[in-house]
Amino acid sequence: MADIKIYDRINEQSPWQDITEGNQIYEAATSRDFCTGEWRTSTPEWSQEKCKQCLLCTPVCPDSSIPVTAGKRADFDYDHCKGCGICAKVCPFGAIQMREGK
Amino acid sequence: MAIRERLSGNEAVAYAIRQVNPDVMPAFPITPSTEIPQYVANYIANGEIDTEFIHVESEHSAMSATVGASAAGARAVTATSSCGMALMWEELYVAASNRLPIVLALVNRALSGPININADHSDSMGARDSGWIQIYAESNQEVYDNYIQAFPIAEDKRVHLPVMVCQDGFITSHGVENILLVEDDEVKHFVGTYEPEHYLLDVSGRMALGPYAVSNYYMETKRAQRQAMINAREVILEVAGRFEKMTGRQYGFFEEYQMEDADYAIVLIGSAAGTCKAAVEEIRNTTGKRVGLIKIRVFRPFPEEELARALSAVKAVAVMDRSEMFAATSGPLGAEVRAAMYQAHCTADVVNYFYGLGGRDITVADFEAVYSRLETIAQTHEVTDMYEYIGLRSAQPEEV
Repeated sequence: MADIKIYDRINEQSPWQDITEGNQIYEAATSRDFCTGEWRTSTPEWSQEKCKQCLLCTPVCPDSSIPVTAGKRADFDYDHCKGCGICAKVCPFGAIQMREGK
Repeated sequence: MAIRERLSGNEAVAYAIRQVNPDVMPAFPITPSTEIPQYVANYIANGEIDTEFIHVESEHSAMSATVGASAAGARAVTATSSCGMALMWEELYVAASNRLPIVLALVNRALSGPININADHSDSMGARDSGWIQIYAESNQEVYDNYIQAFPIAEDKRVHLPVMVCQDGFITSHGVENILLVEDDEVKHFVGTYEPEHYLLDVSGRMALGPYAVSNYYMETKRAQRQAMINAREVILEVAGRFEKMTGRQYGFFEEYQMEDADYAIVLIGSAAGTCKAAVEEIRNTTGKRVGLIKIRVFRPFPEEELARALSAVKAVAVMDRSEMFAATSGPLGAEVRAAMYQAHCTADVVNYFYGLGGRDITVADFEAVYSRLETIAQTHEVTDMYEYIGLRSAQPEEV
């Protein structure tokens, strides 16, 4: 049972008898598997040309949706970005523009 | 061998805490429960127990820390009264819905306002919908016995719910009575070692506790929580059975006193039962009238069917509430007992009294007057005023 993800066993159609005590989840990092990015109503767009890789945007992102590898940011993780626009506000180089919609 | 002692209700709870030796006790002082953490702190300072006592800055923090400790895997307890529990409000629901087997020693005291430090049940009755099991006591002996039984009830896998062990402020909490204590090792054996299946500090298992539940999950979660309360019924009786084997003292959902042949019954909760029993004896001895008492011990889960059965043969019932609920009709016990009787098609006439609010005294004579009123109601079937007071000053003449 430990190997089966809890959301494979419990979903929005599960009867009450299957719900764990107090909705406890017996796994870690399950939030990664939920695409909360679908809540987004406006979307940041990253311009690789304008970006100086100063990385001011990454620590202010509330949803850790700006992946950084070897000291360089890559494009947004749109599965989890909720489009708050903080990254666009903090970018000194206009490398992030907010666009209406998903 | 039982130990003969004389202890106040607060001393009895602290003594039981020493015997159980819980892992964590966060607490904040409030009259009249202050002595409980105070005595426990003494036991800790004297090296008698190794409970981690957390000095918190409020009751909100006390229950938060108790919830945190319990979630981490500790056997966690706290104590409070009145406005202290009101400040725990949010966390009471969190404790119950997260299915944490916390034991809370509640010393019942009136809620403000007007500010008042004496006994009534407005604090715990206000929390009756929070999902906690509620067990009430008439005497110091019962407080002690209920407290020990609370752990195996709360921690049973079929239940996993917090338990509120209630006693009347000052009347039992500060009144010293003779008491029979259980030997330390017997108590330890009775409550056993706490071994939670899932807990946050378990390095071998990962878990998240208290996640957000959208409307697609919330209702099913609440139904599952209700099942725990339903299961608590059998567990409470099983634990009482084990306790009786250990001590010889018998407990159930409620005590039936002289109810076998009773025509007129009073239903109440807590310490006033002692006074009512004196009235029952007095009336039976002097007039031979068949009067009886039902003293509720377990209010949550509510023993609906059992109560209706116990009241099925009586002619008239007085349900006595030691707290208001401002329905502009009955008190909480009155409403629930009446509902239980209606459901079971009981035919007895019912009257609901408010008594003892904010520590107002109630006497044997008061109870005798209630029984006399029940006799009249049973003859006339005219309940002119279903909601009455005992000992209320009024500019108009009262029925009692």
